[in-house]
Amino acid sequence: MSVTALKEPPQTARRASAQVVRLAPARSSLSARFRAAGRWAAVNIIPPLVVTVLLLVLWEMLCASPTATLPSPSRIWAESKDLIVDPFFVAGPQDIGLGLRVMVSLQRVAVGFGLAAIVGVLLGAVIGQSVWAMRGLDPIFQMLRTVPPLAWLPLALAAFRDSNPSAIFVIFITAIWPVIINTAVGIRNIPQDYRNVAQVLRLNPLEFFWKIMLPSAAPYIFTGLRIGVGLSWLAIVAAEMLTGGVGIGFFIWDAWNSSRLPDIIVALVYIGVVGFVLDRLVAGISAIVTRGTASA
Amino acid sequence: MSHAPYLQFSQIGKTFTRGAATTEVLKEVSLDIAKGEYISIIGHSGCGKSTLLNIVAGLTGATTGGVILDGREVNAPGPDRAVVFQNHSLLPWLTVYDNVRLAVDKVFSGKRSRAERDAWTLHNLELVQMTHAKDKRPAEISGGMKQRVGIARALAMEPKVLLLDEPFGALDALTRAHLQDSVMQIHATLGNTILMITHDVDEAVLLSDRIVMMTNGPSARIGEVLDVNLVRPRKRLDLVSNATYLKAREAVLKFLHERHRFVEAA
Repeated sequence: MSVTALKEPPQTARRASAQVVRLAPARSSLSARFRAAGRWAAVNIIPPLVVTVLLLVLWEMLCASPTATLPSPSRIWAESKDLIVDPFFVAGPQDIGLGLRVMVSLQRVAVGFGLAAIVGVLLGAVIGQSVWAMRGLDPIFQMLRTVPPLAWLPLALAAFRDSNPSAIFVIFITAIWPVIINTAVGIRNIPQDYRNVAQVLRLNPLEFFWKIMLPSAAPYIFTGLRIGVGLSWLAIVAAEMLTGGVGIGFFIWDAWNSSRLPDIIVALVYIGVVGFVLDRLVAGISAIVTRGTASA
Repeated sequence: MSHAPYLQFSQIGKTFTRGAATTEVLKEVSLDIAKGEYISIIGHSGCGKSTLLNIVAGLTGATTGGVILDGREVNAPGPDRAVVFQNHSLLPWLTVYDNVRLAVDKVFSGKRSRAERDAWTLHNLELVQMTHAKDKRPAEISGGMKQRVGIARALAMEPKVLLLDEPFGALDALTRAHLQDSVMQIHATLGNTILMITHDVDEAVLLSDRIVMMTNGPSARIGEVLDVNLVRPRKRLDLVSNATYLKAREAVLKFLHERHRFVEAA
């Protein structure tokens, strides 16, 4: 009797407490998730939104007078609505949406930057490995990297006799320097320990490149690639202004020649957004690839 | 054992030259090591013991003399002389398994099938009791665990001689004791020839068959070689009051602190 009497209360008590415990976190976790999402939005979305609205209002006020030289936001909306609303319209061979123009420019960047990445990493690896290549080439690279992208264009036009490869070359020559220099620094900073491991294992140069060099220097390489992709995007717009075609750069030049200022401003926003996305993209890939090395 | 020593140091000398200044680090170091022996090299810091290990590993060349392993001269690094580095030297972008597998793939490619290499990798992780962390990266495991993986990687190469470069120096005392026990057990099971650099007297006496004591540099030589005649398996606790153990310990301490006291480098 006394045994069962003792036995029962703890059981119910345990069950009751278990129920409370099970319910309480479920409720709190759901509301906590909402609260977390709300906090994230408050921190990341609301401030830029507020600032953007304020800037637009300020801009509208500054350019409201009929004598203003630059268009106000309301005028841009009125005159370039088609460009803003539909990035992918096709109304003729030279009259296409800005999204499509950006794609054309991005293609050039992809080719030019892709080549710069491959050649840059290989050259950087050679320079990082060899003291003599470093001594011989580094001063030349340090000088060449300060040459503004467009200064290469006349030479490229003379050499290739065509605008598209010239534009790609300008991208290539602009993006390659930071890739080379950062890769070389990354290779030089490979810890002696990893080199010793490679020696004990008798890795051949190709295995050493793939298994030690690239992963070890990856954080540096990606820093170079990130700077490179930013520079490519800067250079393509300038290059296209001069070489023509259907890219976003030429669109701006064309709009200027036909006095369509609102179109230019819309194009600027496109360029800014795409540049931002490119940077985030390379940063994102870098974060995935260098997971192991960065945390060590 | 056999007539020719398994591992032989023959009149090893090493001088470093920097500009006009030359420093003689090692002078006429000769030693014969039998197969399966556990040798410790002890000495004050700066006495060139790490240089000696690097010469055996082939990472540094000797200026005079040389090393002969199993009838062949050593002049380049190779997996037959696997090194366990003081700072573990695991590749941080590879998991524990992949770090060992890299060595296994390199040493046994073409000789063993993929499945065999996988099994061999796991077997070596098992030897150092690290199977549970095989999918973790080095940054996610403790210092002692990293060193275990380093040992597994070295063992997996099936080296003729295992070179340990102050393998437990960076670990706390308790972890170090655990790892010493593991190494003793592995040595008992596999019968490896092991050459260990250390600056810990107790460690040297506990683990070694012979202790090689180096004089102070520059021009460090082998000062004395002490035989440790303790039966294996050795138990840490039993040795605390063991007369042979204490005597060996005393001999090493006297060598290091009486006859070859550490003097600040001039």
